[in-house]
Amino acid sequence: MQDKYIVSPAPHFHDKTTTKNVMWNVVLALIPALIFAVYYWGIKSLLLTLLGAVSAMVTEALIQKLRKVPITVSDGSAFLTGMLLAYNINAGAPWWIPVLGAAFAIAIGKQVFGGLGNNPVNPALLGRAFLMASWPTIMTAGWAKPKGGILSGITDPNVIAVNLQSLSPKAYDLVTGATPLKVAQTLRDSSFVSSLSANAGQGVEVANRIFTNLTDLSALKNLFWGNIGGCLGEVSVFAILLGAAYLLYKNIIEWRIPLFYIGTVFVLSFFLAPLKGSGFSPLLPFFHIFSGGLMLGAFFMATDYTTTPITKSGRIIFAIGCGILTVVIRLYGGYPEGVCYSILFMNVLTPLIDKFTMPKAFGRVKK
Amino acid sequence: MRLKTFPGGVHPPDEKKYSASMPITEAPIPQKVAIHLSQHIGSPSKPIVAVGDEVLTGQKIAEATGFVSLCQHSSISGKVTAIDRYPNATGSSSLAIQITGDGADKWIELVDEQNFMDLPLEEMKKRIGDAGICGMGGAGFPTLVKLSPPADKPIDTVILNGVECEPYLTSDHRLMLEKGEEILQGLKLIMKILSAKKGMIGIEANKPDAIEKMRLLTKNEPNIEVVTLKLRYPQGAEKQLIYAATKRKVPAGGLPLEIGVVVQNVGTAFAIYEAIRYKKPLIQRIITVTGSPVVKPQNLLARIGTPFSELVDFCGGTKEEIGKAICGGPMMGFALPSLAATMGKGSGGLVLLDKETARLNEEGNCLRCARCVDVCPLNLVPCMIVSAVKYDNQKLAVSSGLNDCMKCGACAYVCPAQIRLVQYIDNGKIRYAEAKK
Repeated sequence: MQDKYIVSPAPHFHDKTTTKNVMWNVVLALIPALIFAVYYWGIKSLLLTLLGAVSAMVTEALIQKLRKVPITVSDGSAFLTGMLLAYNINAGAPWWIPVLGAAFAIAIGKQVFGGLGNNPVNPALLGRAFLMASWPTIMTAGWAKPKGGILSGITDPNVIAVNLQSLSPKAYDLVTGATPLKVAQTLRDSSFVSSLSANAGQGVEVANRIFTNLTDLSALKNLFWGNIGGCLGEVSVFAILLGAAYLLYKNIIEWRIPLFYIGTVFVLSFFLAPLKGSGFSPLLPFFHIFSGGLMLGAFFMATDYTTTPITKSGRIIFAIGCGILTVVIRLYGGYPEGVCYSILFMNVLTPLIDKFTMPKAFGRVKK
Repeated sequence: MRLKTFPGGVHPPDEKKYSASMPITEAPIPQKVAIHLSQHIGSPSKPIVAVGDEVLTGQKIAEATGFVSLCQHSSISGKVTAIDRYPNATGSSSLAIQITGDGADKWIELVDEQNFMDLPLEEMKKRIGDAGICGMGGAGFPTLVKLSPPADKPIDTVILNGVECEPYLTSDHRLMLEKGEEILQGLKLIMKILSAKKGMIGIEANKPDAIEKMRLLTKNEPNIEVVTLKLRYPQGAEKQLIYAATKRKVPAGGLPLEIGVVVQNVGTAFAIYEAIRYKKPLIQRIITVTGSPVVKPQNLLARIGTPFSELVDFCGGTKEEIGKAICGGPMMGFALPSLAATMGKGSGGLVLLDKETARLNEEGNCLRCARCVDVCPLNLVPCMIVSAVKYDNQKLAVSSGLNDCMKCGACAYVCPAQIRLVQYIDNGKIRYAEAKK
């Protein structure tokens, strides 16, 4: 008997899922958002995304060559990081922004720690934080106007065109020049509100009016379909949900983190978000979960395998932590948006959460 | 109604289509057999024959060497030609008694006890011990040990394991269909020996015909229940089966008898019946020879000690190149370097995989995706055990569940990075067992 067969330890069967198809499936799930971004902000969205992805892959290949380890760019993880990084910048940004951001994300966020699976925080978000710290003006201004809409997403012509322009030019600039979350944040600033008009009482009234329009049904519709200003990946809740549904269906991401993250933001913003004097609005929590990077963050960033807890209860704690931090930063912090820093912060806590949520083995009794 | 199951687990393709409808066929009596002295858990048997001795079919040729041990019998009649190392069913080699047959298949004298149910319990147990029966589901734990619980641990429930959750295998399935009555007698004998009040037969939902058959047979048995279990691997693992059927949890590191349960494979129950009624030693069993390269996959009644190559030849040989030969199922079975090895008492299947299925994938970095954590039926953290073993952190390895792991392979099955978790865990078990000494 000369036959020599392959000998290896059990199991001899393997599920079809591989690292490679997980990564490329996530890339696929991000495509709807890209299509929406191109539709609203033009072909430049696609170029910026590709620049980010290519820069990430080149950086990864170069470093792996320097480290003399196998080059694994074909696994799609670098492409995904570059793509996610690009989704965190706006369509008005110059070409070198995604290139530098993605290179930083891969080099400092991932490869210095040993590459795939070893990074303590989400590399794409670290790259974004790096860009925010280095070029804050580029990252927070110069938003590209969506095709056929205005940045804040307010559609009531009465508010914008006629009344505001004549009533308060400053308010008009705000509504047409910033993203919905930035508008909401600015309106919370009492010195800004009082400067809206010579008459203090009228200033508050204008602020309340804008706020109401910002969070009404038609504005929410814009947030959902994407007729607003924002980062590439924040374009449309619908597009993100489409991709997320695919990932959930494919069992690539797990429902716990997105549900508890978004759920926490929803509940907290219901109680904490109302503007002084504007009263409770049942639509307000929807404004908070639909706007900014929350959907992208909750489905695509906070579900990153490497930087989130491995235990089921740990994932829930992680997600609730992200939700609380996001709301706190949005409502009380210096930035209009808090998704990025919340996730980064919780990433760092992940090993600790894992440690305290280790499951008890089957049949083991607590001592 | 929701089917009973356990938490965690995976759902590999069951691949039973090859052989599920093939009736049990008797394989030709081999020219030569090699009966291994260690086919079971416990100390190896001691030969009581010498080279040149003539032996009959069913004659005892090796003795048990302790309580947790087993005796062995010749499975053909002929002459002992060697007692030497021989390839075995775990992919390595071990001492075996080789017998060349005389072609006559002369048996030792058997009996046919009509009132076997009324035999004294001690006699029943003696016959089980003399027949050399061990668990036939794969692990091979000497059956007599399981049937001798300490007096302070009363057993109230006996569960027969007809789950057969390993992909490809259909030997237990066919046995239930064709020998259901005998299996039921076996179960009653076990219940009698243990004075257990309740009997259960656990069968996975993908064998509706076997479930129906056993239900029909137990219609008038108020204390025997047939439990349909959800299709999920490893449903047939002892602790998982007990939990699914009774909701009782075997304490970690403990035995089922501590919670009043004994589990036996359906094949073992059949062997017990034959041993007690006919004094027939365990010299043959059902083995599924299957896989896409096999020309005619079948369920064979074959003699212990038959070389696997002969079984494959009897099934018409192979029609494509073999990538891997597995004794047992693809989840927990052993890869064989060649088909020269001979089947043992625990060999429920010989699965041949084609080159493509057998291909080994390159191992990547752990993504911390936690799929292994989600599927572990024992609620362990496999990826943590593996990295602890890699970096030689014994304390973390043990606290993450190194010693609890039963090596079912569900974690390695789902790992997207293709990390061979079971291999690392096994290494850890061996390394730290040595460290303790």
